[in-house]
Amino acid sequence: MTTITQVGAPASAVARTQTGAPALVELQGLSVRFGDRDILRNLTASLQGQAIGLLGPNGAGKSTLINTLLGFYKPSAGSAKVFAHDISRGMRQIRALVGYMPENDAFISNMSAVSFVQMMGELSGLRPEMALERAHEALFYVGLAEARYRKLGTYSLGMKQLAKLAQAIVHGPRLLILDEPTNGLDPSARQRMIRMIREIRDSREMRIILCSHLLRDVEDTCDEVLILKRGEIAHYSNLNQERRANKRFLELETYGANGDFIAAIERLGCECAVTANRMKVILADGIETRDIFRLAREQNVRIRRLNFRRDTLEDIFLKAMES
Amino acid sequence: MAVYRRSYKPYAGTLTAEWSRFLVLFRYSRKSVFRSKVQTALFVICFFFPLACLILIYLAHSASFLAKIGIPAQILSIDSKFFFRYMSVQGALAFLLTAFVGPGLVSPDLANGALPLFFCRPFSRTEYVLGKSSVLAVLLSEVTWIPGVVLFVMQASLAGASWAWSNLWIAGSLILSSLLWIAVLSLLAMALSAWVKWRMVAGALLLAVMFFGAGFGQAVNAVLRTDFGYFLNLPYLMGTVWIALFQVDIEQAISITQAWVAILLYCTVCLWLLLRKVRAYEVIR
Repeated sequence: MTTITQVGAPASAVARTQTGAPALVELQGLSVRFGDRDILRNLTASLQGQAIGLLGPNGAGKSTLINTLLGFYKPSAGSAKVFAHDISRGMRQIRALVGYMPENDAFISNMSAVSFVQMMGELSGLRPEMALERAHEALFYVGLAEARYRKLGTYSLGMKQLAKLAQAIVHGPRLLILDEPTNGLDPSARQRMIRMIREIRDSREMRIILCSHLLRDVEDTCDEVLILKRGEIAHYSNLNQERRANKRFLELETYGANGDFIAAIERLGCECAVTANRMKVILADGIETRDIFRLAREQNVRIRRLNFRRDTLEDIFLKAMES
Repeated sequence: MAVYRRSYKPYAGTLTAEWSRFLVLFRYSRKSVFRSKVQTALFVICFFFPLACLILIYLAHSASFLAKIGIPAQILSIDSKFFFRYMSVQGALAFLLTAFVGPGLVSPDLANGALPLFFCRPFSRTEYVLGKSSVLAVLLSEVTWIPGVVLFVMQASLAGASWAWSNLWIAGSLILSSLLWIAVLSLLAMALSAWVKWRMVAGALLLAVMFFGAGFGQAVNAVLRTDFGYFLNLPYLMGTVWIALFQVDIEQAISITQAWVAILLYCTVCLWLLLRKVRAYEVIR
């Protein structure tokens, strides 16, 4: 399991791993400037997760951050490390460990998928025969087996996305960077892509950085999220831990609840709001759900439904955008 | 892992030497060059003239045959002028070959946005340019200095060691003039195709730079009564260098030093243009 030590950290905070292992990505005051425009401003964070989502509205700087980590853009200030390799000195080592699926169309139209993926494998250092074997495997893996001898120019948009994914994994990278992988896909193709990303994540062979402005994509695939807003970190959190942390928010559907029951809950120090036969309760420190059940038994109240109200990624995102 | 199993396995094998990665690009690009029948045909045509030269060299040393068909042996003298003429013809063919092959090397990568896929790997822009330009370098070498050296060796073997030693500089001139022309053509073709991103237009632009540049240069000379127009005429500049290298007695309007400087300037500008465009993503400031 990946260790994440800081949950819901403020923008400037730096999360550290408890195991002391090098962070997947470490940003230290990273800034990127194009001309007189600041695209990324003083980003400081340490990303540890198995699958990290980069979220933000269009123009927030997500792609710029990825491109800077890949050495396509030079930082104007600060530094960044990927697998403990500094981007200003160890770019070749970083690139050897990374597979990248860009956002836009990126292929060579008059090449067959298998030749294209083989060439990309060879450029990453695989021997030709091994690159060919792995090109076939990668194309099988992404579901392009039947179409692997077809020219890439004849592929549909969904197939091109899969071919881009195949070239990103052909050399067996340790980190897979996916920039808007579901862009332009129809719902079924999107589902396929998301399932594939989840499989890769669950295989634990590769860490994933997924950049998207689609909340559902990130929510479905990532365990950690970095939200960017106008080039700054608006929020950084571990989704699972954040959800667990919100187990103090209860939604109750009751039968027979009266003022005494509500008063008894409030006497425990909990906050309570009632609408019809539904109640929203914020548990006080030290109070557990079994205390609510005990009170209900004492007051002869039937609890028909009890839900933990969890913050969805949308809630987290909207809060980050409002902040 | 068997191909029928839909699962992912990381790679744990050995990697190729980093310095050799540009050869991958060379191999794939060269294969794509010969996928075109027109380009293959043109490549074959480029060997017709060297073949004719080979026959002429053989005939020049067959006095009895020449006497039989009534041609005086002095007409076929194999000297620096002969190799200069060879270079002029093969240089023109090399240019034609470049106009067909060159734009297809870089422009498809740029047009299809493939550059980020190259540069997200341990593969630099320099290696990319080296890999792509080596396709043209090898292809043009095959039609210029390599057959030229074969002709020289053939002539040397027929004329004897004393001819070979006293004319060894011709082989040097042949190689140097070919390499210079190859460098200019490669850089120009790749720079133009990187800027226009469209193969056909890049080919047309290459022809325009050569022919319209020459025409415009002549017009500048005529209107302004100057010799500066020759600096816009790339074939003329190259011809000036070749004339000096082959020590041929043809008068040129500009000096050899001026021609060298102008050619090096052209190469530098092309290289700068190329490196500006060959990037994973263009930064719009």
